Amino acid sequence: MSHVPTASQTVGPFFSIGFSGMCRAELAPHAAAGAGVTVRGRVLDGEGNPVPDAVLEIWHADREGKYDSRTANETRMAEGAPPGFGRIATNDQGEFRFTTSKPGAVREPDGRVQAPHLAVVLFMRGLLRHLVTRIYFSGESANPSDPVLNLIPPERRGTLLAAASSEDSDQFSWEIRLQGERETVFFEA
Amino acid sequence: MAEPPVFERIKAGTQPEYLHTAYRSSEKRAPTQPLILLPPTLSERTGPMFGQSAVLPTDSDLTAQHPGAPLGERIVVTGRVLAEGGKPVRGALIEVWQANAAGRYQHKNDRHNAPLDPNFTGCGRALTDSDGRYKFLSIKPGAYPWGNHHNAWRPAHIHFSIFGDGLLSRLVTQMYFPGDPLLPFDPIYNCISDEQAKQRLISSFDWENTSPLYALGFKFDIVLRGREATPMENR
Repeated sequence: MSHVPTASQTVGPFFSIGFSGMCRAELAPHAAAGAGVTVRGRVLDGEGNPVPDAVLEIWHADREGKYDSRTANETRMAEGAPPGFGRIATNDQGEFRFTTSKPGAVREPDGRVQAPHLAVVLFMRGLLRHLVTRIYFSGESANPSDPVLNLIPPERRGTLLAAASSEDSDQFSWEIRLQGERETVFFEA
Repeated sequence: MAEPPVFERIKAGTQPEYLHTAYRSSEKRAPTQPLILLPPTLSERTGPMFGQSAVLPTDSDLTAQHPGAPLGERIVVTGRVLAEGGKPVRGALIEVWQANAAGRYQHKNDRHNAPLDPNFTGCGRALTDSDGRYKFLSIKPGAYPWGNHHNAWRPAHIHFSIFGDGLLSRLVTQMYFPGDPLLPFDPIYNCISDEQAKQRLISSFDWENTSPLYALGFKFDIVLRGREATPMENR
């Protein structure tokens, strides 16, 4: 058989039947957990209407910037989902909210350092392929030198920055705009 | 000045474009700006892994989740999950969901006027074994109408979600059935321009796994992007 990757198809409107067993809006803490943060926001379509049938998957490193290996996870599988993984469906108003522990900066094998961030995979009816984006935290000292933010035209970088509700707050807001002015940056990984 | 390398992440035509106007829901939801090419970092090369405790053995039998047997044609769906290089992906979490035999989903937003089946939820989970194999027991889902265009009907399908070795390999797709007369008219199936890639979404009838006096077998193999896949440069 061909080893070209299988084609993607939309999750459609009824994904919650298959996804609900693994939904997590409170991400399981890492052994090396950072400070708790809450991220809330909305998903908006090209007309600015909220998307009530989207689902976000989150993946992030621990406080030390390490991604959990499989072996490390085995002992913490009681809840089904490994630390650093979340899956959150939007509500009827297109809103999502999740809490987790803030990741540290991630050092790549080549020595470059990524600023603290959450990887986001986005699915919904209307998306024939999922979208990949990221949440960064506004005001992080490592943001200006982050190798991924620097791939993005400066005027669009702000779409990936979650804003704190006040200085030193652990409450962040971040919106996904699928189209139009301030369209969120999406990646081809 | 040297041009930056051009990464070819996807063989042309083998994955859908985001905007496919025949599929109306894509019009207001497909991004309009070009995607930013992201050479994979640790954040994409790693990903959540799920162990045995995430899945109960009974999760893979969709016909045994209620006191009675669901109505419909019993089917055995088996296959392998492979990485691009052809190696089996072990321990991959597969989640499936589907309509019942009458073409109705157990979901509050499904308003199709076809009966629900009290003995069928339509949700299953399994982990691949060391050879990348998985197996589900279910019933054949029915076709159902939808609002995309006049007299639009989705061909029978089972939704598949797969977590492989890392975020790069994440895949959600749909498995179709051989010989379905609705396939040529379905804008979701037809969003893939490469004919071979499209046909690989159709399962094959499987004598080997057809269970005598019990259930028909269908085979559906899945290929995921590999964690170690490096982007190819066009020049």
